[in-house]
Amino acid sequence: MNIIDRRLNPQGKSLANRQRFLRRAKEQIVKAVRDSSSRRSIQDIENGEKISIPTGGVREPSFHHGSSGGLREHVVPGNKEYVEGDRIPRPQGGGQGRGNEASDSGEGEDDFRFVLSRDEFLDIFLEDLELPDLVKQKVKRSESYSIHRAGYSPTGSPSNLNLVRTMRNSLSRRIALKRPKPAEIEELEQRIRELEGGHGDVVELQELREQLERYLRRSRLIPYLDPIDVRYNRFERVPRPVAQAVMFCLMDVSGSMTEHMKDLAKRFFMLLFLFLKRRYRHVDIVFIRHTHEAKEVDEETFFYSTETGGTIVSTALEEMQKVVRDRYPPDEWNIYAAQASDGDNMSNDNSHAASLLEDVILPMCQYFAYIEVAQDHEGSLGGALGAAFGRETDLWRTYKHVANKPGQAMAMRRVKNRREIFPVFRELFARENAPG
Amino acid sequence: MLNQLSEPGLLYEGADWDYDKIKRVYDAIETVARGEMGLDIYPNQIEVITSEQMLDAYSSIGMPLMYKHWSFGKHFARDEMLYRKGLRGLAYEIVINSSPCISYVMEENSMTMQTLVIAHAAFGHNHFFKNNNLFRQWTDAKGILDYLEFAKNYISRCEDRYGQSAVERVLDAAHALMSHGVHRYPRKTAPDLREEEQRERERQAYQEKMYNDLWRTVPTKPGRPEASTAVAERKALLGLPEENILYFLEKKAPRLKPWQRELLRIVRHISQYFYPQKQTKLMNEGCATYTHYYIMNRLHQKGQINEGAMLEFLHSHTAVVFQPEFDDPRYSGINPYALGFAMMQDIARIASDPTLEDREWFPDWAGNGDPMGTLRDAWANFRDESFVLQFLSPALMRKLRLFQVRNDATEPELVVENIHNERGYRSLRKALARSYDIARLEPDIQIVDVDLAGDRKLLLQHRVTNRILLDESDARAVLRHIANLWGYEVALIEVDATSEAVLKEHTVAGSSVLLG
Repeated sequence: MNIIDRRLNPQGKSLANRQRFLRRAKEQIVKAVRDSSSRRSIQDIENGEKISIPTGGVREPSFHHGSSGGLREHVVPGNKEYVEGDRIPRPQGGGQGRGNEASDSGEGEDDFRFVLSRDEFLDIFLEDLELPDLVKQKVKRSESYSIHRAGYSPTGSPSNLNLVRTMRNSLSRRIALKRPKPAEIEELEQRIRELEGGHGDVVELQELREQLERYLRRSRLIPYLDPIDVRYNRFERVPRPVAQAVMFCLMDVSGSMTEHMKDLAKRFFMLLFLFLKRRYRHVDIVFIRHTHEAKEVDEETFFYSTETGGTIVSTALEEMQKVVRDRYPPDEWNIYAAQASDGDNMSNDNSHAASLLEDVILPMCQYFAYIEVAQDHEGSLGGALGAAFGRETDLWRTYKHVANKPGQAMAMRRVKNRREIFPVFRELFARENAPG
Repeated sequence: MLNQLSEPGLLYEGADWDYDKIKRVYDAIETVARGEMGLDIYPNQIEVITSEQMLDAYSSIGMPLMYKHWSFGKHFARDEMLYRKGLRGLAYEIVINSSPCISYVMEENSMTMQTLVIAHAAFGHNHFFKNNNLFRQWTDAKGILDYLEFAKNYISRCEDRYGQSAVERVLDAAHALMSHGVHRYPRKTAPDLREEEQRERERQAYQEKMYNDLWRTVPTKPGRPEASTAVAERKALLGLPEENILYFLEKKAPRLKPWQRELLRIVRHISQYFYPQKQTKLMNEGCATYTHYYIMNRLHQKGQINEGAMLEFLHSHTAVVFQPEFDDPRYSGINPYALGFAMMQDIARIASDPTLEDREWFPDWAGNGDPMGTLRDAWANFRDESFVLQFLSPALMRKLRLFQVRNDATEPELVVENIHNERGYRSLRKALARSYDIARLEPDIQIVDVDLAGDRKLLLQHRVTNRILLDESDARAVLRHIANLWGYEVALIEVDATSEAVLKEHTVAGSSVLLG
């Protein structure tokens, strides 16, 4: 008997099969993911998701009997009261004797449920989203180089020695210079020994000895491996262009924002954050939050700390302008910005904000997205009417005026319910001419 | 504490297992299995795996190495979800019919469970694999792992060469036909020249002996029309009718490329390898369960395992052989472990201590005093259907309170046909045996004709018994796969086996998806 411990064998043997399965069911899975994402809470995005897809594309058909009709006989255990000839009313949903059979081929086949891991979920969800107009491609500083093979070189480090190439050179040089082969020398020596032992022809012996002498001298003079034979693999460092991009996240945290609105805004930025982190390794993210004054903060503070105060939108834009001036020269960086607000602003600040946006921010931005979060009045008549009549906020009107001018790379969306976050996000960042 | 056991003779104590304990237990089990039960086994290889790996093994139909295909990923996704949510436990072991016989045991098992698993898989199943007639005839235990290795490499080379999706399309089609890709009967081997000569001589001698001039005067039937001989000739040429659809397509499909034929062949071989397992589920589990039950009891009697271990064993044993009654919500058909184990125990009882009734029903072997010999003989020479037909005793039918129900779709109610009484025993037993007959469980579908002169339409026939038709949407999907492989139109007619009336017809146009 042998006992073998296989526990340390590589795990995930069926990973390849799983990927094939996901690829196969791609269409249905993408749809299921979109559907389910509207229901999810933002914290859940860190977890996997159980999804259910129609069996259509992943059905494994086979010839088998249908589950109804015909004459069937069943032998079942546990008789309590029946005698021959008893009649039993037909149970609903198939014969009781074959309950199992019926469910195997019946409702069990309609849907296929399984769990997608977090990575798989995000990959599918964020697929075909991208930052628009990533055009000002700049070569980032020296750190991003890739190494390419670039032929052979006569110098290099010993670890890059190319043995095959070296020996090939050596061989051709030896042939060209007629260096005697060891086998030839050996044969000559053999002949000499024979002649010496057998009292052969003295003249011939003499000739052979001279020839041997010549051979030996020649093989001493012509080395087996000469430094000029040696070749090394050569590698070249090729600078890789990296699109330098920075995303500004501007969020209003003033007192007028209710918990609900803050929640919506944070969800949006959380999604944006996940998206950028996953898809663009070289994107910088700057978090700016504002009340009546704006401050650049770190991720932790941005998402989790609380503050209240009045609302002056232009402060955030000014702060952004300042950060850009200090760290992100627009001619070297692709600049993006996303702003979330409830649309309230000090009324005397509106014109200032508009001119800032139009004259300073938009010219240096590749894309500017504005999300207005609103109270969720869903269901109530007033809310529905309000939305129908487009009860626009001051800031919305102000921004709309700017955005409506031709050639502005600016998008505006309004979000009222957490269900709308995912679709709106997808709208804002959908890859152009992306399928679906 | 490692080697100091509180009672001498105990093989282990406590729940933890290690390799020394397993070795000791294995030797003790081997003594019982070989010495007392007379089991004959392949060499054993026991592999310890994690639950993750067990899931992996599940999804690739239990084989340690398998080619890659999305359907295995699908099964894995489902099994994983069920397992993670606690809806379903994992099997304690998986055993592979190979030589050496590989049993997988999980690291989470307690020492008692490992003992049980070794007795069950490494001895019970192992003996069955090595000795049962079907396995001996149909499977090559020594070669299977090498073959799978070859298959895996071959398919991955094909993927590199022809692209994953091209390979996938062929495999999808082949998988759909897997249940109709087995030879049910041994093929005739071509006799060699000497045998042929010998036979010819015997035939000659027989004819000379039987010669009677009188036959010459009997008028013969008029010769058959020309057309039908052409049909017969064509069928003979193509080897029709053929029920092994995969085999037929592999050999005769006109437009497949050699590598596509090889893929069909691989799937067919794997299907053939599992064919005996489908037919002996009841016996195989019964044999293994009886073996572990016998061995664990013997170990306990000999004082080699303690009371605690015995109780743990009985707890899981009873869970395994639990048979809910038909009106129980847990009922999902007859549990092969339960029925198999009950029958094995019943056989042992009849062989050593029969009642008058048993002597009447089983005159050949009742009371022969050799329970193990009788069991070994049954394990070697039967499959589920014939085993039930031969060995199910009236006593057991009474014990399980079996009854037979007829479900006729044309009648408003179900009818109880037979119950466990004097009048019912035989037909009850016959009906139960039929429910294990693979030929009845799987639809009888054959390739009957090819229109070689015309549009090369492939004609399949389903012989319908008891008016049970095929599941329509699946049947159409499979026909589409066949059409992909065949390359031309394919038709399936469902014909009543007794009246020859055509009940239904499906046709799928030819396509060249695979051949482009």
